[in-house]
Amino acid sequence: MIEKVLKGNSRYWMWLAILGAFIAVGAICYIRQFNYGMGLTGMGRDLGWGLYISQFTFLVGVAAGGLMLVLPYYIHNYKVFGRITILGEFLAISAIVMCLLFIMVDIGQPLRALNMILHPTPNSMLFWDMCVLLGYLTLNIICGWVILTSERKQVKPPKWVYIFVYTSLPFAVSIHTVTAMLYCGLPGRHFWLTAITAPRFLASAFAAGPALIALACLIMKRFANFDAGKEAMNKLTTIIMYAALINAFFVCLEFFVGYYSNIPGHKHSLDYLFFGLEHHGHVYNNLVPFMWTSVFLCFGSLALFGYMKIAKVYTDTLMAIGCIAIFIALWLDKGLGFVMGGLAVSPLEEVVEYYPTANEIGITLGIWATGFFVLTMLYKIAVSVEHEVEGH
Amino acid sequence: MYNKVTIIPGLIIFVLLVTFPLWFNAFSTASTVPKVELPPGGEKQCVAPAAEMRASHMQMLNEWRDDVLRNGNRTTVTVEGKVYRKGLQMACMECHTNKEKFCDSCHEYASVTPYCWDCHLTPSLAASKKETH
Amino acid sequence: MDKKRRKFLKVAGATALAGISAPAVVKLTSTPALASSGHGAVAEGQGNSDASHKQETPSGVRLGMVFDMRKFYGHPELMDKAINACNKAHNIPQIDSKKSEIKWIWRAPFNNVFPEHSAYHASESTENNDFMAVCNHCDEPPCVRVCPTKATFVLEKSGIVAMDYHRCIGCRFCMMGCPYGARSFNWFDPRPYIKEYNPEFPTRMRGVVEKCNFCGERLAKGLEPACVEALKEVGAITFGDLNDPDSEIAKILRENHTIQRKPALGTKPSVFYIV
Repeated sequence: MIEKVLKGNSRYWMWLAILGAFIAVGAICYIRQFNYGMGLTGMGRDLGWGLYISQFTFLVGVAAGGLMLVLPYYIHNYKVFGRITILGEFLAISAIVMCLLFIMVDIGQPLRALNMILHPTPNSMLFWDMCVLLGYLTLNIICGWVILTSERKQVKPPKWVYIFVYTSLPFAVSIHTVTAMLYCGLPGRHFWLTAITAPRFLASAFAAGPALIALACLIMKRFANFDAGKEAMNKLTTIIMYAALINAFFVCLEFFVGYYSNIPGHKHSLDYLFFGLEHHGHVYNNLVPFMWTSVFLCFGSLALFGYMKIAKVYTDTLMAIGCIAIFIALWLDKGLGFVMGGLAVSPLEEVVEYYPTANEIGITLGIWATGFFVLTMLYKIAVSVEHEVEGH
Repeated sequence: MYNKVTIIPGLIIFVLLVTFPLWFNAFSTASTVPKVELPPGGEKQCVAPAAEMRASHMQMLNEWRDDVLRNGNRTTVTVEGKVYRKGLQMACMECHTNKEKFCDSCHEYASVTPYCWDCHLTPSLAASKKETH
Repeated sequence: MDKKRRKFLKVAGATALAGISAPAVVKLTSTPALASSGHGAVAEGQGNSDASHKQETPSGVRLGMVFDMRKFYGHPELMDKAINACNKAHNIPQIDSKKSEIKWIWRAPFNNVFPEHSAYHASESTENNDFMAVCNHCDEPPCVRVCPTKATFVLEKSGIVAMDYHRCIGCRFCMMGCPYGARSFNWFDPRPYIKEYNPEFPTRMRGVVEKCNFCGERLAKGLEPACVEALKEVGAITFGDLNDPDSEIAKILRENHTIQRKPALGTKPSVFYIV
């Protein structure tokens, strides 16, 4: 089936070329970082993690988000998702590819990365994160490939593959739970030290993942002659709405705990993210506009989806606006606010702000482009197979 | 066999290419086995026989490293009545003071780049930034 | 033909996967991986789940340090002396930027070293003086708990939280885990920033995390830690075995009220302060 990626119209090649340019820039930036050291990033002694890890965290969520398509189809036999379930699996593959790349560019000694396997350490959550991510990647490759192959041959998928399908469901939950555990088990990091981290991660993941898939469907409807169907899209909005609402609810709970308990450590990060934090006569508020944008985009898209449901209107444009808005909102919330907010106040209660460097952003964009490159090729295969089957 | 005409010459070319380093070395005089500089201080005895050191000094260094760093086992080694602490800087470089003429000559020949020197100091480098006051 | 190839590829793939994961499986099954990660984590299983912050390690050596801050008040130069001794002993680069600096032992205001203590109506001595900060060599170190490669670990013989710079992959998870900001990362090659080399000790390379090692290399030679030795005549820092009731440090701890940094986190620091 791989040969499908080699046949495409000029638009397809143009898109790949654009992504390829970003990948090339990212690669050059990475070579610079590899030769000089992590000093080329905006990270520092008090701000030891930055854009790379926050993108990693967000993308683990996107990978887990595919569950919202796989689960209804395989467990509840929800046939409407039949055409797009494969998209969820392929999205998971490319998202995990990005995750692994982000981890690789984030470590100071990438050539020693295998030490994680050579010296396995079960008390480290990073070890388990590696295990579940590689496991989930493998499961999705197996399931996606086998099921697509049988679809192409128009036979039922072999029975054994369902073992992998059902295993992949708890794995999807586990990848994001373990990623949350990277953060929520650290003493002395108040913002992260909350049991609600994992459920909050999952909720935002189950909104962001399907939103991205819905967007991909809209794009492919326009350019690749692939229609997921109105009913599937409507169901996706329902899922996105519930998940985004639960995420917003969890964020509100964080606010309650922080401000009602009045414990300074619990309030600092929220202050920093939403209102600006005063420290030694200087107000630190770099992220305030981003976080409020996130809030408005989140509720704006919820209102839009709600209107679409109540007034029973559906247009692709409205759908696209809503999905883009919710995706950006959740990216700002988790891909920016969660990690930076937790790090803004150092363990010695100094406030440090983070400014990613151009080189760092170049690498980040390069990895996103790599992910979309892989995603485009995988979706090309999936859509071509669909067309081939319909053509019969 | 199909395409005999192209496959067999192709195979021959492939084998020749793969074994090129061997041919090259056999006919060139560019690479003779390097001669390492013996300790300038005149020490004759190492912590193990020369053959063993040549073959497995890297394993021994790794064992020393794990002993000292990870097991907290900083026992010393005694050679010809002189006591050395286990370590590249603390034992080896005491006698083999010239890294360039000892370590590098072989490592370059064997085309290996151990990362020891990213952290460990050679006597000459250590002397380059010495207390001046 | 095609079928055979498929089968071959399948078998080859499965074998490669097994080969890649084999070392991990072998390691995990052959050694008690959890126990070797540090005595604090599992092996000794301290039963102080009671709410008191009582800390005891039933057996073995547990090295610790007491800073008698009374001797530092009004004498910041003493702190600098200790800091410089450490910098020199360990080839610590002097990087002039908050972002990239590397420090094993340093001075900072009371509010920073003890952020959970109230500074409201603070005494003049705490208000006007810096305090010493250093790795606490915790008995329950979070940095060791989070390290994915066992590059940082507790030495069972001494209780020192040590680093293996050969092993560290530079993920900086330990810096996230440490509630005391005791760890620094080498954002670039540190050598150009080292003023003078101590030939007895290595430098570090870029991309690894480093921190205070309680002068393990000096202890092996029967010396005291560099900072302790630098202030020997003032007697401002005492170093010794916390578990030995006859040690000088145990005596000082018996006779003085001391505080620790962030004791509520359950890390059980081995560094104490007389304020």
